[in-house]
Amino acid sequence: MIKVILARLQQKHRTMAYPAGAPPALPDRFRGAPMIATATCPAGCHACADACPTGALALNDPAHLDLGKCLFCPECANACPQHAITHSGNYQLAARRRQDLIVARDRQAVEVAGAALSDRLKKLLGRSLQLRQVSAGGCAACEADTNVLNTVGWDLSRFGIQFVASPRHADGLLVTGPVSKNMALALQKTYDAVSDPRLVIAVGACAISGGPYIDHAQVSNGVAAILPVDLYIPGCPPHPLTILDGLLRLTGRLADGPHHHTLPAP
Amino acid sequence: MSDASSELAMLSNGQAMNQADVPILPFAAFEQAILDGVAARQRVSALFAAAAPQPGTTRLYVVLADDEQNLLFAGATEMAGDEFPSLTPRCPQVHLFEREIAEQFGLRPVGHPWFKPVRYCSSWTGRDAWSRPAQPPLLPGVGDFYRIGGEPIHEVAVGPVHAGVIEPGHFRFQCHGEQVFHLEIALGYQHRGVEEALIGGPTPRTLPYMETLSGDATVAHTTTYCQVIEALAGCQESARAQTLRGIALELERLANHVGDLGALAGDVGFLPTASYCGRLRGDFLNLTAQLCGSRFGRGLIRPGGVGFDVDAARIADLSRGLDAAAKDTAVAVNLLWNTQSAMARFEDAGPLPRAVAAELGIVGPAARASGLERDVRRDQPSGIYCFSHIPISICESGDVFARAYLRWLEIQHSIDFIRDQLRALPAGAARVPVNTLAPNSLVVALNEGWRGEVCHVALTDAQGRFARYKVVDPSFHNWAGLAYTLRDQEISDFPICNKSFNLSYCGHDL
Repeated sequence: MIKVILARLQQKHRTMAYPAGAPPALPDRFRGAPMIATATCPAGCHACADACPTGALALNDPAHLDLGKCLFCPECANACPQHAITHSGNYQLAARRRQDLIVARDRQAVEVAGAALSDRLKKLLGRSLQLRQVSAGGCAACEADTNVLNTVGWDLSRFGIQFVASPRHADGLLVTGPVSKNMALALQKTYDAVSDPRLVIAVGACAISGGPYIDHAQVSNGVAAILPVDLYIPGCPPHPLTILDGLLRLTGRLADGPHHHTLPAP
Repeated sequence: MSDASSELAMLSNGQAMNQADVPILPFAAFEQAILDGVAARQRVSALFAAAAPQPGTTRLYVVLADDEQNLLFAGATEMAGDEFPSLTPRCPQVHLFEREIAEQFGLRPVGHPWFKPVRYCSSWTGRDAWSRPAQPPLLPGVGDFYRIGGEPIHEVAVGPVHAGVIEPGHFRFQCHGEQVFHLEIALGYQHRGVEEALIGGPTPRTLPYMETLSGDATVAHTTTYCQVIEALAGCQESARAQTLRGIALELERLANHVGDLGALAGDVGFLPTASYCGRLRGDFLNLTAQLCGSRFGRGLIRPGGVGFDVDAARIADLSRGLDAAAKDTAVAVNLLWNTQSAMARFEDAGPLPRAVAAELGIVGPAARASGLERDVRRDQPSGIYCFSHIPISICESGDVFARAYLRWLEIQHSIDFIRDQLRALPAGAARVPVNTLAPNSLVVALNEGWRGEVCHVALTDAQGRFARYKVVDPSFHNWAGLAYTLRDQEISDFPICNKSFNLSYCGHDL
């Protein structure tokens, strides 16, 4: 017993102060929302769009970026002859509406999206949100970084958010993966077992758009093909802080609103 | 070279050969070469089908690993019909490979003792080995399961959606009270068609496919893929890049092994180690993020080297972070070994005897915990492991305790290895240019991922594109091992048996 107590002292208190305090430091090479300084684009250049594995960058307008398809990989930045693409440290990516993840030229420096629930749902679910997780065809990295929120550092349960074993105990589903054809029925049945009002949260590029598996015959290009989605959390996988930020803004634990990005200096 | 494999071509890890030099044997000789090789303690690293030049024919390829001689053997056979005699009754470790060949190419292994689909997907050739109608669509987990009859027997079905935040799979237990007589595992729920999509590559999507074959083994799979590309392009990555890849691979092993020890502790209700290791797993992931911005090593391993270099300041940061995490890990893990109530649950639970592990072709920590000395880093080394040796760890008892304790031994070796590499990082380019890929070639690349042997085999066409790209995740070998360990165990020990393997569903389902 004495060894357990000594170990407890040695391991220290680890739960982060966030959101009351500052968010945990992200590594300097962290790739958040990509920023594209289109002013320097030579006419007809689409090196970035050609390098993009998922078609997140529109070929005719590289500033038109779909964060729901983006894998946050370094390929577009590496391919750009003008070095006009940088990844910002912005981890706040979650949005309620799919179209808000599509960042057009005129909106790039303005805002990403809002994530908050309606007042009625916030009253119902804001202080206690029980989620059933369904993994449906991805690579299990989203699941891993969702699970991390249950560790002592993040301690998700202090926000009243918990992952429960049965859909009957849940207020909603947190879905990862592109929804493989082989999981579509199980996902539908799990959803059917959750009582109204119920939320669906799509975590990761796969669950939003199919991710690396877009248009494979074996997948459904994301959760929205099967279920109505209430919150999209982009990333491949999203950083735990991105997932937590989405959940906290959804439930009104964190102020929601337009998220201002700033363009890098050209 | 042993006589056993004299019919097959000899090659080494990460070496390209002309496809014309891969012998095409008559089926009987092909079969005999596999049986002889396995009898001479070789392992079947891959056995797969590919379209043959002649329409209507299929080629089967085999890759045998001879760990004692640090050699690989490859050979092929060509088949015109839609069936072949199953080798499984005489060579159990090919059981799942044969089912996969049947499912992907519609070739029936006649005499296979448990002939079922692997991933519940339609065949690539339009020919169905089970003569199933095209409609209604296939459903995973539907079909006959092994059953034990009799009044006192009950069946427990679990999944595909599990209680935790984990991947989907279906587990069917035949129980007598608490005692499990048999467990059958049905997978395929994570099938997303990766192998089929790799044909015709590489494309800009190929790297993301490799990075997501099994998300927690990104470095192992992507390194293996890059070695395939480098062999085909005839390019040599720098010693610096090899070292950084090795550091990343060991960090991946550390994060997962530490996480697994925490999960095992959690499953027997020993919460101190569970909660400390849960956090420490994240600390190791964050070290990988310091290298490349991603906790899972996304963007780090690139053909020709690595996508990110390190400077002296970053090396110092990594060393400091490693030292701090190593110190806390030692305290957290030793607490577990010193807690008799936890040890009592681990010891003798889920034994996998050495002979069974050998027969099933088990790889990685699960094999080493059963006393099988096999580790690609030592037996078929590539990259940094050719120059810096990492000691192989072995346990003998083959139970949950052995699979847990082996991880601790490997954690310590990985920490020492990374420390050594950070101290003496060679100079050189982080990444060198990669030429076009050689046409009509075959490459086999192997790496010891944290779960065991990751094997990739590429066949290129006349244009240097992938005519076939075979991925064998270690989980493909090891799921049968988990099923075996449950025999005569209590069903309440399933969680710790499962965690002691911690296999990948997506790496199996592809």
